[in-house]
Amino acid sequence: MENALKVKDLCAWFGNHQVLNNITMDIRRHAVTSVMGPSGCGKSTFIRCLNRMHDLTPGFRVAGEVLFDGRDIYSEKIDPVLLRRKVGMVFQQPNPFPRMSAFENVAVGLKFNGKKRSRSELAEAVEKSLRMAALWDELKDHLDRLGSSLSGGQQQRLCIARALAVEPEVLLMDEPCSALDPVSTAKIEELIEDLSDKYTIVVVTHNMQQAGRISDYVAFFLLGDLIEMDKAARIFTNPADKRTEEYITGRFG
Amino acid sequence: MKKHYREELGSLRETVLRMGGLVEQMTHRAIQALVERKIEMLAEVKAMEAQVNQLHIDIDEICLEMIALRQPTAADLRFIAAAMKINTDMERIGDQAINVTERAEFLLTVPPVKPLIDIPRMAEIAKEMLRDALDAFVNGNDELAYNAIKKDDLVDHLKDQVFRELLTYMMADPATIPRALELILVSRHLERIADHATNICEDVIFMVKGKDIRHQGPLA
Repeated sequence: MENALKVKDLCAWFGNHQVLNNITMDIRRHAVTSVMGPSGCGKSTFIRCLNRMHDLTPGFRVAGEVLFDGRDIYSEKIDPVLLRRKVGMVFQQPNPFPRMSAFENVAVGLKFNGKKRSRSELAEAVEKSLRMAALWDELKDHLDRLGSSLSGGQQQRLCIARALAVEPEVLLMDEPCSALDPVSTAKIEELIEDLSDKYTIVVVTHNMQQAGRISDYVAFFLLGDLIEMDKAARIFTNPADKRTEEYITGRFG
Repeated sequence: MKKHYREELGSLRETVLRMGGLVEQMTHRAIQALVERKIEMLAEVKAMEAQVNQLHIDIDEICLEMIALRQPTAADLRFIAAAMKINTDMERIGDQAINVTERAEFLLTVPPVKPLIDIPRMAEIAKEMLRDALDAFVNGNDELAYNAIKKDDLVDHLKDQVFRELLTYMMADPATIPRALELILVSRHLERIADHATNICEDVIFMVKGKDIRHQGPLA
């Protein structure tokens, strides 16, 4: 299957305020799709709609469809907890469990997952996730360190490892580097490129240079509208819409 | 799915090198056809031009995309800028090789004016300059580029020599004029190839040292 997610006519409201207007887009499987746009354009709201993170937000309402594996994730039959296992999320501020060790941070999702695992199975799964998050070499001898004792970049990679441990298909990342220094940012960006071999990745960023570096596809949002979506190379060399051009050349936004 | 930045730079380097290899081969084959009087070899050169033209487009596209998407800086930026400029010079070298084949198409249907000695020598030096220029590009070797530039004088000198010699033939026997003129043009094409190789060397030196040595007269 070409597309991991199909979004159809998605609208979203906070109370009476509409923040997303009829968004329709396909999100390509095993590719990096970036969602960029100026503050308040709805990009974070959009990505949070993809795994129902707004379910508990008072006054939030959504219309339209988000198809994942051919089923609308907003249908009543969908269990949002299972959905979020398949569509994981990494946030702007690294949020490891501060009082848990690095090992436990990654293992905890697996423990809650129901399936019984032996110690060695668990250790194996944790190692695999840490390796995929490019953190194993740095942490293999310090797995007992508390999540809060790691550097910001390590914490963020730990959060990515934690998200990967439950074997999601899609990884949503909401400005995953904006709290990090340039070196940590570069590491996360390389990681995103590597992970896109196996995962579908959707990244929200207000940093268009980053969108250029990491993305296969870029969607440009403005005031709740999807203005344009195309291959990154196209968006950054010859966008179709004048507003995209103005945004990426720094004329506004 | 997406390649790493370093891998992209590496594959750009390889693509430039592949195109350089092709235009060198075009030059080699065009002159070989002329010297060994093998008209069938000319088709080979034309077939290579199609590949070169495609690479010309591809390399510019790769470079533009990298500038737009990767925001290269410092050495990487100079490398990509050099690749774009070298690209143009390589394409022109390919065109000059085609020009040689066009002269050869006529020359190979008429008896030779004289045995060709200086023209193959010019071709050897021009190819050597091009090879050195590309090696210098790939290895970031500015010294090799400097040395290659110095050979350009040799090529210019040979071109003048070819001209003077053919002039004597034309004066002695006006019937040789059409053929001699074509040979003079061949030497002119080779001289241009050496000039393009010189340009490539200058771009390489800028890439390595960040220093622009163009338009400063003879090298010290």
